[in-house]
This record gives sequence, C-alpha cells and structure tokens, in this order.
Amino acid sequence: MPHAIREALAAFRRAPVLVLISVVAVSLSLFVVGLFALTAHNIQTALRAIEERVEIVAYLREGTSVEQARAAEAELRVLPDILEVRYVSKTEALAAAVQELPEFREVFSGLDVNPLPASLEIRLQPGYRGSEAVESVARQVLTYPFVEEADYGRDWVARIVALQRVAAGATLMIGGAFGAVAGIIIATAVRIAVFARREEIEIMRLVGATDGFIRRPFLVEGLLAGLTGGLMAIFLTYLAHQFVSATLLELAWLPAAWLSGAVVVGAAYGLLASALAVRRHLRAV
Amino acid sequence: MIKLTSVSRDYPRTGYAIRNVDLHVKKAEFAFLTGHSGAGKSTILRLIQMAEPPTSGEVRVSGISSARLRRGDIPKLRRKMGVVFQDFRLLSDRTAEENIAFALEVTGARPAAIRPRVARLLAQVGLAARAQAMPDELSGGERQRVAIARALANDPLVLLADEPTGNLDEWAGKGIFDLFRDINGNGMTVLMATHDLELVRKHPGYRVIELAGGEIVFDSAAASTEEVG
Repeated sequence: MPHAIREALAAFRRAPVLVLISVVAVSLSLFVVGLFALTAHNIQTALRAIEERVEIVAYLREGTSVEQARAAEAELRVLPDILEVRYVSKTEALAAAVQELPEFREVFSGLDVNPLPASLEIRLQPGYRGSEAVESVARQVLTYPFVEEADYGRDWVARIVALQRVAAGATLMIGGAFGAVAGIIIATAVRIAVFARREEIEIMRLVGATDGFIRRPFLVEGLLAGLTGGLMAIFLTYLAHQFVSATLLELAWLPAAWLSGAVVVGAAYGLLASALAVRRHLRAV
Repeated sequence: MIKLTSVSRDYPRTGYAIRNVDLHVKKAEFAFLTGHSGAGKSTILRLIQMAEPPTSGEVRVSGISSARLRRGDIPKLRRKMGVVFQDFRLLSDRTAEENIAFALEVTGARPAAIRPRVARLLAQVGLAARAQAMPDELSGGERQRVAIARALANDPLVLLADEPTGNLDEWAGKGIFDLFRDINGNGMTVLMATHDLELVRKHPGYRVIELAGGEIVFDSAAASTEEVG
C-alpha cells in the first residue's frame, strides 16, 4: 500500500476524533445543502408540471365545418413549436362541461341549442411555453378566418414565467449561500485537523521530507473525508425525503446527476481544503 | 562542511540575532557553541539547517549555498544533517521505533529495509529493549536517545544539537554527551550548542566557539578559522 494511503488510515487510527469532526462537519453542512436542493428540485418539478398545462384554446365560429377544423388541426400539428392539437366538437364540449361543472348540469340539460363553440386545443413543445412563444402561436391560429378567439390565459402564463425566474434566482442565491457556508465550515474543520498535526509536519520537514511527501497523506485524508461526508449527507437527505414523503407530502427524489455531482464536489472540496491548510504550515517551516 | 561568511540575521521586531559571523566547521570536527541564552546559538543552528535565510552574508553547508537555495533543495540538505533539540520533538502518538522509522519513511526507503535499520539504530543508542515504548513511557534521557537515533537514521554528514542536555539530569546528560563523542569518533561532524559551561570545561580538547550579543567573542580554533575564512 502506498505510504500516503497507509498514513491517512493510520491518522484515523491515532486520532479518530479529529477525522470524525471533519467527516461530521462535511456531512452536516452538505446535508443542509441537500435539503435545500431537495426543496429547489421539487419546486422546479411542480412549476414544470404547471407549465406543461399551458395550452391555447382556439374557439371556432358557429358554422365552421368539421372538415375545415380537421384541416387546420393537421396544418398546425406539423409546426415545430406545437406538441399536440386536439379538435373538440360542440357535442364534446357540452359533455365535458356537464361532467366538469355538475352544479350547472340542470341548466345545460334544459337547453334546446348547444351554446358552446367547437374548439382546437393546442399544447406546445417544451421550451415554447414562454409568454412570447405562446402569443406568437396564438396570433398564427387567429389568421384562420373561422377562429373567433384564441384563449391562453395571458396573465397566467406571464405569472408562471415570472415565478420560474424567481425560483431559479432564489435557488442560485440561497443555494450559493448555503454552499459557501458549508465550504467555510468544512475548511475550518480540515484546518483544525491539520493544525493538530502541525508538529508532525514540522518534524517531517526537519528530517527531510519533501513538500509533496508531507502533503499527500493529508490530501488522501481530505479526499476520504469529503467522499464519506458527501455520501453521509446524501443518506441523511434521503432519510429526510422519506420522512417528509411519509408524513407531509409526496416529494420527488433528487436526480442521479445531482447526487453524483454532490459526491464529486464534496471529495474535490475536501482535497482542496486540505491542500490549502497544509500549504500554510509548509510555508511556516 | 559548514561555512558561514559575514552572516547577519536580524528580525524586524527584535533586531540583530547574530551579526557578522564568520565560522567554519570542518569535516569530523566536534565543536561546542556556547553563550548565554539569546546569544545567538539557536539562530546559527537554524541558519545552518536553512530553516531561515541570513539577512546578509552566505551560509554554505555541504556544497549547498543559502544564496542559491531553492525550496526543493531543503529536503536534500536535511537528509545530510541530523538535528537534536532540548525538547526532543518526538511524535507522542508513536512508539520509539516508529519515531525513528519516520525519518526513513520520508526518504522513501523500502519498508523491508527500514526495520533492520531501526533495530540497529536503537541498539546503537542503547535502547534495543525499549523499541515499543511510547515517548511518555520513556525517561528524558531515553527520549533524547530516540531523538538521536532518529537524527542518525539517514547517515547524515553532520549532527546539530541545540541544548541536547538542557532538560536532563547530570547522569542522563553525561550519557548523551558520551553518545555524541562516540558518534563523532565514527567520523561525523558534531556541532553542539550548550550553555552548560561545566560540561564544556570537563571536556577540554574540543573546539569551543563562544557567542555574546550575536557575535563570536572567542573561538579556540580562531587561527585555523582565519586561515580558511
């Protein structure tokens, strides 16, 4: 086994408390980041689900033939920003209204003529659901003479877009702040661990160890602490996720890319913090 | 072996620690460096270890000059010199054996080669039976012997000792000094800083360099120093 790895493991044997402090510091501070990531991810998922429901309803003038409507449906369907077009006939509209609005059932069934218009329900491709994209499709739909009105909840779409921007901004800012605090806590813990061994560093210099030789076991230690701390943070976050899902509300679990990213960042950060802490002591002797 | 030429060292807050020191210690020589505390003994030893640079002048040890020193040279230099301190500086969480092996590990020696070498060193300093003892289970004299074994581990050319008997009683101190004499008898250069004039007086025939206020005020080998310097 290379000396650096042997020494890193020996350090754990000699001073388990110091190593545990770093690992606990890493895992608790990354756990906070993990909880935040879980929240941010679920807000994002929820907003995306709402966004998916953004659709344009084009109401057709009285007397529009089914053929005309079907032709328009076929033309629209091939446009790149449109995901799906569905033709809803007058009869279907009435049936849906009766089903969805039971309190008006009496009113609807008493009618001699069907007052509801036929319509085309247009759903958009992901990425084309912003205010401008929706508006441009709506304008296009209105060029058909038999389209009376294109309804897409203008304010609603604008509000979702604004909400998404706020959420993204908050994720970046609060997440960045949590990340920075975690970074400082981890760096401090690592510095304490290295400081406790400054005598060892001094003696190593004294007997002719090169800087690289002195640094390596600390780097291995930092890497292992970061790695273990990262995995423990994920485990704690998972427990929190399970708990909330079982008691409060169903939460989505974090994507695999985020999780592996967190482990890599944790390990890299442990490595970096160790390197910086050791450098201070190497410079002193 | 060791040559200081017009070396001064001053510190921003405390001023001169040593001033205009010329000193030449030859191969296989044994020299005492004496003087009161604060006279500059430890500063000279630190300069020789190149733990700090001189403010002016040049320190030259075994071909390495302070004027052209790169950071990468320091480990090479330290392996050519063994250093022993008043406070032993052992790692308290390792056995006597591990403390000595430590000095060999840092040079990248093979583990198989380290074990017999450590055993020989322990025998040389008279601690063969104490290999597994932790430093706080050892007496002061025994700790200093471990430190000396560690200093000798890499077959250095010179042994520097900063008040090695300062924390020891008379008997333990004598034992340590005798060990130094044996080591010097095998051809190693020894430079020993001490304020123990009694020790110096009891061993006439060795070179004595006396410092006061950061300057050399007496050198029993002054004539020969001038010849080379």
